[in-house]
Amino acid sequence: MTSATVVIVGAGPAGMRAAEQLVAAGVRPIVIDEAPRFGGQIYRQPPMALQRERRDLYGFEAGKAAAVLDRFTALLPHIDYRPDTLVWQAEGKTLQLLRDGRSEPQAFDALILATGATDRVLPFPGWTLPGVYTLGAAQVALKYQACLIGPRVVFAGTGPLLYLVAWQYASHGGQVAAVLDSAAFGAKLAALPKMLARPSVAAKGAYFLARLRLAGVPVHHGVQLLKAEGESRVTGLTWQAGGVQHRTACDAVGFGHGLRSETQLADMAGCAFDYNPLEQAWLPRRSAAGRSSVRGVYLAGDGAAILGADAAELSGARAALAALQDVALPVSQATAAQLESASRRQLRFREGLETAFALPPRWAAEAPDELIVCRCEEVTAGELRLCAKATGTREMNRLKALTRIGMGRCQGRICAPAAARLLADAVGCELKDVGRLRSQAPVKPLPIRLMRDTVDSEPVPLDERDD
Amino acid sequence: MALLQRLKNLAPRATVHFELDGAACSAQQGDTVLTAILTQADRLRETEFGAQPRAGFCLIGACQDCWVQSVDGPRFRACSTGLEDGMRLCTRPA
Repeated sequence: MTSATVVIVGAGPAGMRAAEQLVAAGVRPIVIDEAPRFGGQIYRQPPMALQRERRDLYGFEAGKAAAVLDRFTALLPHIDYRPDTLVWQAEGKTLQLLRDGRSEPQAFDALILATGATDRVLPFPGWTLPGVYTLGAAQVALKYQACLIGPRVVFAGTGPLLYLVAWQYASHGGQVAAVLDSAAFGAKLAALPKMLARPSVAAKGAYFLARLRLAGVPVHHGVQLLKAEGESRVTGLTWQAGGVQHRTACDAVGFGHGLRSETQLADMAGCAFDYNPLEQAWLPRRSAAGRSSVRGVYLAGDGAAILGADAAELSGARAALAALQDVALPVSQATAAQLESASRRQLRFREGLETAFALPPRWAAEAPDELIVCRCEEVTAGELRLCAKATGTREMNRLKALTRIGMGRCQGRICAPAAARLLADAVGCELKDVGRLRSQAPVKPLPIRLMRDTVDSEPVPLDERDD
Repeated sequence: MALLQRLKNLAPRATVHFELDGAACSAQQGDTVLTAILTQADRLRETEFGAQPRAGFCLIGACQDCWVQSVDGPRFRACSTGLEDGMRLCTRPA
């Protein structure tokens, strides 16, 4: 036994498997999760009042979902599980938690960050219209709320989620007006050798594509999205491929370009970051065992690098073993080695994915000046370019200071990948050279009343008051 | 007109009553505020800058686009707030 306090942030596949290893070693971990029920995004469970069959919710992944969700359920008596709780700050060895409108500190000896990912978005004009959502949102509407984002939907962008979500809609009674992949079809073929590192996953992708084609869904590759049209809501999407312009009528659009890691807590905890050319993003540095650059802070799952749910289970378990070892508890080196070896296969597959679903290389050059990049503050591509040109700004935090990009309610979660590409394109440098936005607490907006209550505010003595 | 469309053939759920832009409305137990509104309307709010309609974007509490004003004061992040009986919500400035 140990008296060490081990905190896991995130109850998705990585967090759940990390908890399992800790419990097996006799540690009672604190598992903090923002969602009301565990599962993360991929195995997100609907509200109690809206239960459905797992096969219906998770499709091919129902077996995996059942395994990890049932395991975590069985472990609950041995876990200090705190749903509906936001970690809004990490500093030193203390987290700040928000639950039920109240904030409280939580100290830790070991911290396993399994914070997951959000959609990576390269926007196009009209993307702020009602009815335009991320691919992840389209899936969450279906999985969590048993709703389609509209009766007739265009799915666009690129990434494995594109075909998965399109097929999920088609098989739940939605009309898929078109699937518009920004990557070329040739890229899929080029990626095959690496994707065969996980043949069953590659086969699933091919299956979705074949079923969509059989269902008569138009599927196009090498597409550039031009504009979501509509006044008060989206009514159509214009796009071009092979030099020809098209318009597809629709009631909704789901789009995205893969995923991006949620790294804010790692940043606030002081972890060093490196530029990752595969993901074209700055990610917290970690060892194969999941150790960050900060002693006692571990990284797992898609929050550390986008490798998917299966890899998240592996890296979650591995990071927990590292944490156990570091608090001087016995750990099976054989298990640790197995987990690391399985993770390497996942990385090879991931390299294949990045080829198959390559980001549109000319996105930044082609984005029109009037494109809104920041949804929160409505900062446009033209304003970012103008700022770069007029001030010589070459760095993201300077661009933020001058234009308010990344300063709105989302803290740059949605706009940062697009803004960084626009800045790099405007000044003619590599993406990595514009750096990354520094993370600021709170991670998400807090009630102002809470900030007032949280700040140490000694009452001002009567004789020192102004009035 | 509604933005979201419910799946058909689901088990019936209890009704939850709420107010939307002054009108009495109902939705279902298990609905988020976002689902409750967008199954009968096509916006959650207007932007501060250009009074353009917005209806959320990420649905996982990351983008903060889906906030909704309540008549009684507080704002809710609609995608991750469960609908409660008696909520009074408004999508347009009074």
